[in-house]
Amino acid sequence: MINRFEADARLLYTGPDWDYRLVKKAYDAIERIAVDEMGLDPYPSQIEVISSEQMLDAYASMGMPLFYRHWSFGKHFARDEMLYRKGMTGLAYEIVINSNPCLCYIMEENTMTMQTLVMAHAAFGHSHFFKNNQLFKAWTDADSILDYLDFAKRYAAECEERYGAEAVEQVLDAAHALMSHGVHRYPRRTLNLKREMERERERRRHEEQTFSDLWRTLPRRKPEDGDEDPGLDARRRALGLPEENLLYFLEKRAPKLAHWQRELLRIVRMVAQYFYPQRQTKVMNEGCATTVHYAIMNRLHETGQITDGAFMEFLHAHTNVVFQPQFDDRRFSGINPYALGFGILQDMKRMGENPTEEDRRWFPDIAGNPDYLGTWKSAWAEYRDESFILQFLSPRLMREWRLFSVTDDADEADLKVEAIHNEAGYREVRRALAAQYDLARHEPDIQVVDVDLTGDRRLILEHRVLDGRLLEERNTLMVLRHLANLWGYPVSLVEIDPRDEDILNAYEDVEPDRRMG
Amino acid sequence: MVSIVDRRLNPKDKSLANRQRFIRRAKRQILDAVRDISGRRKVTEVGQGEEEIRIPADGLQEPSFRKDTDTGMRRHVVPGNKEYQAGDLIPRPDGGEGGRGPGGSPTGEGEDEFRFTVSRDEFLDLFFENLELPELARTQLSKVEQEGVQRAGYSVSGSPASLNLTRTMRNSLSRRLALRRPKREEILELDREIDRLERSGKDPERLRALVLEREALTRRSRLIPYIDPIDLRYNRFTPVPRPISQAVMFCLMDVSGSMTEDMKDLAKRFYMLLYLFLERRYRHVDIVFIRHTHIAQEVDEETFFYSRETGGTLVSPALREMERIVRDRYSPSDWNIYAAQASDGDNTPSDNATVVELLENAILPLCRYYAYIEVSEERGWDALTDLWEIYQKLVAKGHPMAMRKVKKRADIFPVFQDLFTPAELRR
Repeated sequence: MINRFEADARLLYTGPDWDYRLVKKAYDAIERIAVDEMGLDPYPSQIEVISSEQMLDAYASMGMPLFYRHWSFGKHFARDEMLYRKGMTGLAYEIVINSNPCLCYIMEENTMTMQTLVMAHAAFGHSHFFKNNQLFKAWTDADSILDYLDFAKRYAAECEERYGAEAVEQVLDAAHALMSHGVHRYPRRTLNLKREMERERERRRHEEQTFSDLWRTLPRRKPEDGDEDPGLDARRRALGLPEENLLYFLEKRAPKLAHWQRELLRIVRMVAQYFYPQRQTKVMNEGCATTVHYAIMNRLHETGQITDGAFMEFLHAHTNVVFQPQFDDRRFSGINPYALGFGILQDMKRMGENPTEEDRRWFPDIAGNPDYLGTWKSAWAEYRDESFILQFLSPRLMREWRLFSVTDDADEADLKVEAIHNEAGYREVRRALAAQYDLARHEPDIQVVDVDLTGDRRLILEHRVLDGRLLEERNTLMVLRHLANLWGYPVSLVEIDPRDEDILNAYEDVEPDRRMG
Repeated sequence: MVSIVDRRLNPKDKSLANRQRFIRRAKRQILDAVRDISGRRKVTEVGQGEEEIRIPADGLQEPSFRKDTDTGMRRHVVPGNKEYQAGDLIPRPDGGEGGRGPGGSPTGEGEDEFRFTVSRDEFLDLFFENLELPELARTQLSKVEQEGVQRAGYSVSGSPASLNLTRTMRNSLSRRLALRRPKREEILELDREIDRLERSGKDPERLRALVLEREALTRRSRLIPYIDPIDLRYNRFTPVPRPISQAVMFCLMDVSGSMTEDMKDLAKRFYMLLYLFLERRYRHVDIVFIRHTHIAQEVDEETFFYSRETGGTLVSPALREMERIVRDRYSPSDWNIYAAQASDGDNTPSDNATVVELLENAILPLCRYYAYIEVSEERGWDALTDLWEIYQKLVAKGHPMAMRKVKKRADIFPVFQDLFTPAELRR
């Protein structure tokens, strides 16, 4: 009898209903395990309870709690809302924002077990990853992202008031079209979004102070005769070409844009840059969060802090999350990042605890190393999806998943099985899977290569074609139109095979169809 | 360190501004879709709830540089190998994605189509943009249709029934305090003291003083009444005009053999629009369907639109029937009456005079608005019909009447717009 009372006293909660006291109690219990036992290092958290409607709201604007206004977010909301109302999709249990403090949205409909799971997943798993992963450290500024978004929202609203909603919409439409090509891939300086707002003011002040109407009256230098190619190299150097960050290039060099238009481009670029690490670490990020919640929930159950029933409920939810249908399953829609990330991390733990001969051969560093937590933490800190898979996907897991690699060549009639889960194929399958997560391979490599300054100021872009994969024409024409509108003059794009510099396809002189500014 | 915040009470429609931007952007496509929907519903069903809208995705794409799925070489790694060995060839499955892609989106919508739902309010807003019943604004404001009363503060006079006790007692209390009206307890206390002194017989000096004080207090409390007429406050009511919030819509239609199904369908759309329009402005809208050949009768909607009748064509019985129904059920002092007549324009010539008579003297004075649409099949010429001719004369006299000709579905909406566009906006 006494034992039962003791057991009950240890329980964090018993029923499915939650209240703030229970949530707080569960959070503290999770924190003891995550921080004291596992040694995780998350941001402080702010748990926010929201309704399903607010969840849809958050979905619509890239998951961010506040954002500038744009019709495309309204479109996504309209779609998500309909799908949700008709029961075609469920909503996520949680949304987590890479900010300091780390914002976690949890839904009011969740049961207490789900709230516990979600907190372990987001407030500790994701939060630890955000705070410690190199990419996030280099590219995002968790301290001031929310302030920056607030600034962006107000700035865009101010522009709408001053220059009209339509003018702002045009710039944002164009900027969104170029968003995937608005990131710096190589760090230049640490980002400080707080400084961003001051820099905006400084740039404007500088412009105003150095403005002199006299410059306008100076006679323009006429191109000298016979000056046919006025030094391509010099020109490219002056313009900082080639440049792969199209938004950056336009913000700095587009001749016709007004100050506020450049600032809007900058805002979209900053947001794109903020999300860049997330796009590169989907598997790892979810893998880390899933692994952390799995460890914590197991520990809570072991120590008698949650009931068997709650643990079963957790396992049910967890199994759904890491479910990976096979390729010929009707439900298959690609590889589930939760499943892959969780699979690899659990496999690393197994190798630490029960290594096989094969493991020792493939992973001499981690096989038999009982400090699997240390292995995990260094992986979470140093890798992104591509390198993580390349480094840690084990033959055993490939066999378990029965992974195989298929080549789909548009010139061939059949698909070809390149490699399967056997001794001869492990490396090939692993390399191919890693490449699948390499954004640089995934996204077309497009750069600004030249501007025809002496002629019609045409902007020339180059797509260096990989594996013969050309751009999709309809989209490309629309994006080029947006680009031309921002640039103010015609834009051309050539698709070049990097192996022999052959021109494979070209979009000539896409003219702007609107005047901006 | 953690803080837990309840955000559920935050304003909900955070994305409303985005939604409005989206609807503005897709306006043209959405309007087309809305019109299409109105054709498929019962008169009273349009705009009942949420509507699913399908619009072409023109102008709603969010383009980006992306690679074509039909060129070059791609490599996939997928789970679940059963029998393949390295080097095996797999015939390319239809649909490009090798049977592994998301086999069609769950919504069943194509790439060129976008589907979402609009709320009833949004639907109606879209439906009725720039439409305004012309007489409506004026009649609603200028004609006092019913008297109502409304509270309007307090007054110092009134009937006892409207006495406001709280106010009155408050005034009384403050007056009594200000004038230092002796309290009942004070007098009782004094009485007890006097009584005690009288019995003991000690201190006659003090007894006398107390008796004098007692008299002064009694006099004072008699001079200062507990409730004085100046304390009284009454609730005040003022009469206000209250517009009639209900409307009845009479649908009159010629169902003789000369009206084809197509013509009836055109008429139906018109009634539908009118119904929606009235429904938006009145709290309650009744519809009465009156069909006529050479005899007229009130019927339900199904019969009205879909049953066939044979007989000659007389319009006057329908008007008489309408007049009778108004007399029986819809007193003009309680109802806003609208009539919409659809016909192919035929009438037995001998009936024309009666129709004019009835309209001018009986029907039009009852109606807020009388709309006539003449449906006809497309033919090469436009002969003036009987009804058109006589109605034209009535319109010229300035009666609240409008008339239009409709030939095909696409005509309906513009006609409606035309009929009900405020005169000042009309070119």
